Amino acid sequence: MISCEGVGLQYSRGDGPEILRDLTFAVPAGGFRWLLGPSGAGKSSLLRLIYLAVRPTHGRLNVLGTEVGTARRRHLPRLRRRIGVVYQDFRLLAHLSVFDNVALPLRIGGRPEGQVRADVGEMLRWVGLSHKAAARPAELSGGEQQRVAIARAVVPRPSLLLADEPTGNLDGVQAERLMQLLRELNRLGTTVVVATHNDALVARHPGRTLRLAHGRLVADAEAGRA
Amino acid sequence: MREPRARLRRGRFDDLGLKRALADRLLPLLVAAMAFLAALALAGFVGAASLARHWREGAAAALTVQVPQPGAAAAGGGTRRDRVLAVLQATKGLGSVRPLSEGELNDLLRPWLGAGAETLALPLPAVIAVRLGAGAPDAAALADRLRAAAPGTLVEDHAVWVGRLAALARSLQACAGAALLLVAGVAAAVVAIATRAGLAARRQAIEIVHGLGATDGYIAGRFAGRTMLLAAAGGAVGALVALPVLLGLAELAAPFASPYGAESGAGLQLQGPATLRALPDPLWLALPALPLAAAAIGWLTAQATVRRWLRRLP
Ligand SMILES: Nc1ncnc2c1ncn2[C@@H]1O[C@H](COP(=O)(O)OP(=O)(O)OP(=O)(O)O)[C@@H](O)[C@H]1O
Ligand SMILES: [Mg+2]
Repeated sequence: MISCEGVGLQYSRGDGPEILRDLTFAVPAGGFRWLLGPSGAGKSSLLRLIYLAVRPTHGRLNVLGTEVGTARRRHLPRLRRRIGVVYQDFRLLAHLSVFDNVALPLRIGGRPEGQVRADVGEMLRWVGLSHKAAARPAELSGGEQQRVAIARAVVPRPSLLLADEPTGNLDGVQAERLMQLLRELNRLGTTVVVATHNDALVARHPGRTLRLAHGRLVADAEAGRA
Repeated sequence: MREPRARLRRGRFDDLGLKRALADRLLPLLVAAMAFLAALALAGFVGAASLARHWREGAAAALTVQVPQPGAAAAGGGTRRDRVLAVLQATKGLGSVRPLSEGELNDLLRPWLGAGAETLALPLPAVIAVRLGAGAPDAAALADRLRAAAPGTLVEDHAVWVGRLAALARSLQACAGAALLLVAGVAAAVVAIATRAGLAARRQAIEIVHGLGATDGYIAGRFAGRTMLLAAAGGAVGALVALPVLLGLAELAAPFASPYGAESGAGLQLQGPATLRALPDPLWLALPALPLAAAAIGWLTAQATVRRWLRRLP
């Protein structure tokens, strides 16, 4: 599903600092991982590697059966469509309504409009934003925007779901609902990786943890023991 | 039933926000100006070609024979003029042989000699206008035979002038062709610049859509579709604006290009449907092609520009 062997990352090739160094781990299909570490440790950068926004400068990275380092550029879009991402900064399209934002991955994937309408409607009901379907992202609170971002990541039923600080703007109840959703998706077979600072959440939902510090993997174990 | 509706909906779905990002007034305006210039260049091209054809057909088919001292006796009896005429009339392949009358000759000379040409009593040559038909002998052979009949006879074919006019027409056509290419190139550059501005303005949206798994073809198609529409609209406006200008030019050119126009001046009185007929057929084909060409340039340029730009994304 995800396998890293000696993966390293420099944002500016050659002279830049190594943001990630010598990462070696694997996440099996259907697995769940917390991704923990202090701010600046490289959690977002590692997720960026996995969702194919950057390519590794060192080592071998395999995502959903594709060697990311050597894959041809034109093979990546199809792979990206199998990966759902909740970005730390949401990345909603400001000129589109909530409905159209959530519909975006389905339409890019060429799904028929009838299915788009049904799936997006159901997804919006689930995140509790049906009544805001026509609103623009700028008219929403931070937590509501985050729920739109989550809906957009989940709606195409990805094989792999990556969430970067998905509870940062949610209250305790919403965060709990999100964890229920992620666990449900995980039980149905989706591989899930969640980067977070929210220790309380991790404590309530113990699971296997990848811990980063200064761009290195310092632990890969069940939470509590890491 | 569902498929076409889905496609319709997707066509209207402006995920990249291009309706605002691509200069939707400036681009059609600039393309309209290019299409207008292209129409003028096309008219120049077609006009030069048809004038060249007209001259070639008219002038190449005519000879002028001059017989000095026409009244003098020729070697074989009769006057020199009659001998030359007899030889000409016996020659196969000549369409018509017509000696100019004294009055016509004086008309020809009046601009040079003034109104008193008749009273000068100059020794005028006889002038015979010959039209060549199919299978006419070449001018040199004919001249030899006429000189044998009446030494000193001159045969003037118009090949030199036809050659010069044809060269002029060819140069005009080449210039018009070059102008056409230049206009197409500038139009492509304008589209490329507008597309780049659109890419810069929508960079974030493009990165998001790219991250969601959109292919280069999907993103380039969005830009190219919109650019094609804008360019086609501009091309249509340019062609429409050029139409009255071309009709006006065609009317002015009609007396030179129609076989009888020069004599009757009919070209100057064209009206209504006749005015529309004044435009050569090739232009009726070329004008509607302008919006299509603009659309093609817009689509191709946007595709190439966007795909090139997208290579910076992983
Ligand atoms: N695009 C980039 N170009 C250069 N350096 C970057 C870039 N993105 C991140 N970095 C650097 O990489 C390091 C790790 O950043 P990253 O965003 O991965 O940390 P993080 O663990 O997600 O932190 P946080 O918990 O605050 O989100 C930081 O030092 C940051 O300055
Ligand atoms: Mg981060």
